Amino acid sequence: MLFARSAAVTAPGPLDRSEPPPLAELSSAPGVVCRSLVKDFGAGENRIRVLQGIDVEIACGALTLLVGPSGCGKTTLISIIAGLLAPTAGEIALFGTPQSRLRGDRLVDFRAQNVGFVFQQYNLLPALTAVENVAVPLLVLGWRRPRALERAAAVLRDVGLADRLHAAPSRLSGGQQQRVAIARALVHEPRLLVCDEPTAALDAQAGQTVMGLLEQVAVRPDRTVIVVTHDSRVYQFGDRILEMADGRLVGDSSVLRSPAAQHPPEPAP
Amino acid sequence: MSWIAWRMLTGDAVKYLGAVFGVAFGVLLITQQASIFVGIIARTANPLSDVREASIWVCDEYLQNADEIEPMSDNAVYRVRGVEGVDWAVRLYKGMARARKPNGLFRQVILLGIDDQSLVGAPRTILMGDLASLRRPSAVFIDKAGYESLWPGEPFAIGREIEMNDRRAVVVGICETSAPFQTFPVIIACYSQATGFVARERNQLSFVVGAPVAGVSAAEACRRIRAQTGLAAMTYREFLWLTIRYYLDNTGIPVNFGITIALGFVVGTAIAGQTFYLFTLENLRHFGALKAMGVNNRRITAMVLLQALVIGLVGYSLGVGMAVAFFEVTTRTLPDLRGINIPWQIAAGAGGVMVVIMTLASGLSLRKVLLLEPAVVFRG
Repeated sequence: MLFARSAAVTAPGPLDRSEPPPLAELSSAPGVVCRSLVKDFGAGENRIRVLQGIDVEIACGALTLLVGPSGCGKTTLISIIAGLLAPTAGEIALFGTPQSRLRGDRLVDFRAQNVGFVFQQYNLLPALTAVENVAVPLLVLGWRRPRALERAAAVLRDVGLADRLHAAPSRLSGGQQQRVAIARALVHEPRLLVCDEPTAALDAQAGQTVMGLLEQVAVRPDRTVIVVTHDSRVYQFGDRILEMADGRLVGDSSVLRSPAAQHPPEPAP
Repeated sequence: MSWIAWRMLTGDAVKYLGAVFGVAFGVLLITQQASIFVGIIARTANPLSDVREASIWVCDEYLQNADEIEPMSDNAVYRVRGVEGVDWAVRLYKGMARARKPNGLFRQVILLGIDDQSLVGAPRTILMGDLASLRRPSAVFIDKAGYESLWPGEPFAIGREIEMNDRRAVVVGICETSAPFQTFPVIIACYSQATGFVARERNQLSFVVGAPVAGVSAAEACRRIRAQTGLAAMTYREFLWLTIRYYLDNTGIPVNFGITIALGFVVGTAIAGQTFYLFTLENLRHFGALKAMGVNNRRITAMVLLQALVIGLVGYSLGVGMAVAFFEVTTRTLPDLRGINIPWQIAAGAGGVMVVIMTLASGLSLRKVLLLEPAVVFRG
């Protein structure tokens, strides 16, 4: 049983719908809406169908976990949701915007403004300090550097790194680097936060800290947070758990909060 | 974003210096090899190229280069002086002789005989002695490198004696001359003396050198001399290029040096291009992250080009600086390399080559970066 501590399953989700609604209807829907998403890699005989028609809606104000075995299509799905990959077929809307119809610079600008990323390997620029790394999304959006650094410093303080503003990533622990990455993902107030295995490179304690931090600072009523994870120890932080297998959504559960999740541990020094 | 590009470039000092020195060594190789080639080829016309007063050079019509001379009759100088448009014309001797020291040691030398009265062709940089003393019987000047070759380790001194063609010659001065192609000492004497220091031939006049009157170009004067005397007459530049072309066409120097320069170019290109290419590849993951965060391809291109520009400029400056330092040191300490420097055309050419290399390298790198799917950042 995948969700050992799962409790009540919510009302019927998109998996229960027989016909996907037209996109116009979705434009007023909150968060992420995927309709019949298909993704193929390769061509001809080498074509592999990684997503086999995903229909899902992901609401704002909750932390959604996307789980499943390796190769089941989790990363491909969040790549498409985040606008990094184009689906082979199907539609996707983000906060009412039909993202799958955006092309070129419009898609890039949309991503810059609306999406924050937390990567498994942090992907901090090693040449920049913590505060400079956090300022990058603001610089991408055209903020002037002093103002961007000021704002970045404030967000770093929020994630408990006030004393590490000017440290290079190589001088930070894995947990601290991931907190910098979270600060970077949130600094420009994105409406969608996508986290790929944020605890995979961390020990159990640091993983709990990072997830607690995500829950604390990332989840907001107007933001959708999606976390891809293999780590069953962090399932307790999810408000909803989507399970994937072989390119399909095979499980969709809402879980009751454990006391530990409601009171996450203090950030590690 | 240029600030981020700059920080990405300089943040890792080892990678940055690796790329910069890759370009610098490429520039050094190309500049140094090409300069030595040009320097050595330019020497083929030395030391006659020192005779700057003369814009007209007259010689036997079949002369192919400055080292294979068919002497003319002494009265050729009068025939040249008789051509309308020629302001002045004097004799110039150039030949080879053997200089023997009193202890019996001898060396082959290049012998220059300059006009007794005008001293046209006299050395411009005299290190010791007085030019007027060249008119004294048996007086000769010797170039500095020649002196150090004949009397190694001994201080400069005038009054030393040598023997040429069984005739005594007294060193009355030491001078600088342009380094000759053959690394022999250069002995300068008055024409009347010089012709006595070599075996007597019926004709001994190597060249008649002169200048046109005001209002007549050297080329026009040469045309008139050719028409009137049947002798070959060239401008100074034509004369220099006659010899240079002969060596380019008839010796293995261009091929051998061409191979060396080509190797320098290939190695330089490989080092410079590869280091920058690898530098960008090593940052591919970070470019992927930036693309994911909303940096479009135009800005990524600008970032990579800025990095290429900085590496190219700093590397080029360092490379040319190292080449200048190389020649500064070697031309002072190694007589064989004296007079070789970096012509501005080679420095500019190396800059052009570096622009091409960096454009290619950044083009190849950019291709990788631009084709990079931003989703790559999710692949651990």
